[in-house]
Amino acid sequence: MKRPRDHELGPGRRVVPAYALVGGRTHSVGADLPIEAMVATTPEGLRSLTSLRFEQREIALLCRRTPQSIAEVAARVKVPLGVARVLVSDLTAAGHLALHVPSTERPDRAILERLLSGLRAR
Amino acid sequence: MDLSGYWPNEGPGPTGALDGPDRPAPIPVKVVVAGGFGVGKTTFVGSVSEITPLTTEANMTDLSADVDDTALVAAKTTTTVALDFGRLTIDEQMVLYLFGTPGQNRFWFMWDDISRGAVGAVVLVDLRRIDDCFAAVDYFEDRGVPFVVAVNRFDGAAHHDDDEVRDALALDPRIPIVHLDARTAGSCTDALIHLVEHALDLAPQ
Repeated sequence: MKRPRDHELGPGRRVVPAYALVGGRTHSVGADLPIEAMVATTPEGLRSLTSLRFEQREIALLCRRTPQSIAEVAARVKVPLGVARVLVSDLTAAGHLALHVPSTERPDRAILERLLSGLRAR
Repeated sequence: MDLSGYWPNEGPGPTGALDGPDRPAPIPVKVVVAGGFGVGKTTFVGSVSEITPLTTEANMTDLSADVDDTALVAAKTTTTVALDFGRLTIDEQMVLYLFGTPGQNRFWFMWDDISRGAVGAVVLVDLRRIDDCFAAVDYFEDRGVPFVVAVNRFDGAAHHDDDEVRDALALDPRIPIVHLDARTAGSCTDALIHLVEHALDLAPQ
């Protein structure tokens, strides 16, 4: 079968099913997340714990006290990084997680100086 | 959808009982720990980290690197790389993550992911196998990532003075060379201090 062109499908038809569109959008957002992006469970996420399933619930429980990075979410929930990115994106979009995305630029002087004094104090 | 700045509030939150998102957004910073296979990267991460180092897996397809070359498709579906990392609390807001690079140099896609936005890198060197760190030095030099060369003390390694090491690595004179024992937290922290000082030297005023 030949791949149909859009105009051959008629009104209201789409070549790409909706779930793929949603999946693509979610994944592209997730794929951009730096591995050190931080997440914390929101009060709404805590209230929704019983309705969350499997890994989503694990993530909400994991991040309820101390903010965790995407890398920590992946390691502790035992999913590959890419899966953790998508799960975190979905949970954030649903309001269950708060997400802080750090800059992809090199840290500025203020951050470096703060890090330096923290390391020297150890 | 823009997820940046999603932290709900910069000040005190609506529900004081929770200490997650009600606090100011955390400031994560990261350092890359690089070098050849078996040079002590995991030991270094473990010495500095306040948690038992964690391992996560990344598939090549998980990463944001744009790979359009169809010749790489087969590799994309099969390549899995393990990534070791640790965490160190700097202050109530700042958290330092230490990421060890995968030992095999062919996993450059992973290096890009962990180097983006990093403070810099500690390149560990075993003087008995100095060639093993060439790839890491090249990588950070080419991308302008601040780095220090850290000679890990191994029993049986012949003594070299820093000039010889600098010569062997064709290092820019401004790049610090430090000596450490990756098994001791103090000497690893010192290497990190040298790295941050060097990054400050390079940072715009």
